[in-house]
Amino acid sequence: MADPAVPGTTGAVYRRIVGSRIRSQLSYRASFALDVVAQTIGQSIELVAVLVVFTQVEQLGGFARHEVLVMYGIAATAFGLADLAVGQVEELANHIRTGELDVLLLRPLGALAQIISADVALKRLGRVGAGLAVLAHALATAGIEWTPVRVLLAATAPLVGAVIFGAVWVAANTVSFWVVDGREFSNSVTYGSNFSTSYPATVYGPWVRRVLCFAVPSAFVAYFPALALLGRTDPLGLPAALPYCAPPVAALTVVAAALVWRAGVRRYQGTGS
Amino acid sequence: MLAPYPQLVVAGFRRYATYRQAALAGLSTNLVFGLLRAAVLVAVLAERPVVAGYDVAVAVTYVWLGQGLLTVVLLWGDSELSTRVRTGDVVVDLGRPWDLQAALLATDLGRAGFAVLSRLVPPMAFGALLFPVRWPERPATWALFAVAVVLAVVVSFGVRFLLNASAFWLLDARGVLAVWGVAGGVLSGLVIPLAWFPAAAQAALAWTPAPSLFQIPIDVFTERGDPFGALAAQAGWALLLLAVGRLVLRRGSARLVVQGG
Repeated sequence: MADPAVPGTTGAVYRRIVGSRIRSQLSYRASFALDVVAQTIGQSIELVAVLVVFTQVEQLGGFARHEVLVMYGIAATAFGLADLAVGQVEELANHIRTGELDVLLLRPLGALAQIISADVALKRLGRVGAGLAVLAHALATAGIEWTPVRVLLAATAPLVGAVIFGAVWVAANTVSFWVVDGREFSNSVTYGSNFSTSYPATVYGPWVRRVLCFAVPSAFVAYFPALALLGRTDPLGLPAALPYCAPPVAALTVVAAALVWRAGVRRYQGTGS
Repeated sequence: MLAPYPQLVVAGFRRYATYRQAALAGLSTNLVFGLLRAAVLVAVLAERPVVAGYDVAVAVTYVWLGQGLLTVVLLWGDSELSTRVRTGDVVVDLGRPWDLQAALLATDLGRAGFAVLSRLVPPMAFGALLFPVRWPERPATWALFAVAVVLAVVVSFGVRFLLNASAFWLLDARGVLAVWGVAGGVLSGLVIPLAWFPAAAQAALAWTPAPSLFQIPIDVFTERGDPFGALAAQAGWALLLLAVGRLVLRRGSARLVVQGG
């Protein structure tokens, strides 16, 4: 993780890396278009599951359809943004296995930044788009009494959620420094937290909820911000300030992820391949 | 001529049995998702005790069986044929003294066999420890379930083979496979029971092979509806998809241009 010799040029280097990756993705046009469609369908399909559930019941975990859709919209947009920004960290396991990480560590650029910028998967815009559409619809139809604080909350919640998801992704994937082929382990954390945020935290039993609130702070992605937007008190009786605590929680998560990442890199010895 | 295929089944089994840590890691993902999915369905049933014939026991059986069948039936992650088309290696496969489709099917059955041991049995056992699982009441159901799982693997293979074969025309089948990977989960009744869908959606899906993948084996296990009609539908789709696959392979390989180098 050496610093670049000439600080002013670092940004330009990353811009060129990202630019070349974006151009390369646009070369197989038909496949790229289908990938975007797949991402959009992927997000919409999860929405279908939520909607089908509400054809059978009036409420879920104490929340009505329009309230769950607010949570779903925030979660989906946050996940899409995080996936777009840092989703490539999933490739860490491959970089370690192939020895590519040695090359990245030798360069005068941050290793994590290199992995993340190596392949900005534009197809994930499909997911962000689908999430934003649901969020806009949900916010417009949920009967929210808008105040300046709530407008600010609605605008920032997907971004703050994306920061939490992004930090969780980085932290979860560093498991690859300790476990060979750890990608599936990290998937259970990353995609599991995505799945869990689409539903109210009240759906889960006490111990799953504790994991969701404190170990993987995914309840702060959508559940708590949605409570504040909808003006609902927490059915679980947690402190009234928690719905507004997502930004500091996001900051803490980033610090924790950075520490885990450094510990992983320090421990890294290479596979000898 | 029959000789290579049983060997390919064994080879498929052993190939996947080699990666035990990968199987263990995948299993952990199956279990986490099983817990989350079961929680959602149980929360639904907290509102109404029975939804479209699903009580808590049937619902958790549905979830854990679905999690277990996920890797056996294999919705996504099979891009072998399309990769070999893109790289040109498929030429070697077509030149070998075997039927390519039958060889791939034999390997896939071997893979599924290992997945039954490593990925179907453990989640079911885990689910049975934590939840009230509904076991079959009729002994014959176990045999029917085994047939349904084999047919589900064949139907899934048939779909994957066709999607992969699209690489003969598209060169890169990843987008097509990705669309199937996400849409297939909901359409096949893996994410939410098809019985919970609106009647029109259920009727439309009955005309597709999708329910053959997950919903039918799970229905057979939980003894919902007539098992023989369901198995017949699966067998019909299996035969149709394999037949279309043969035709597509013949057309595809006819237009194959081997690039030198």
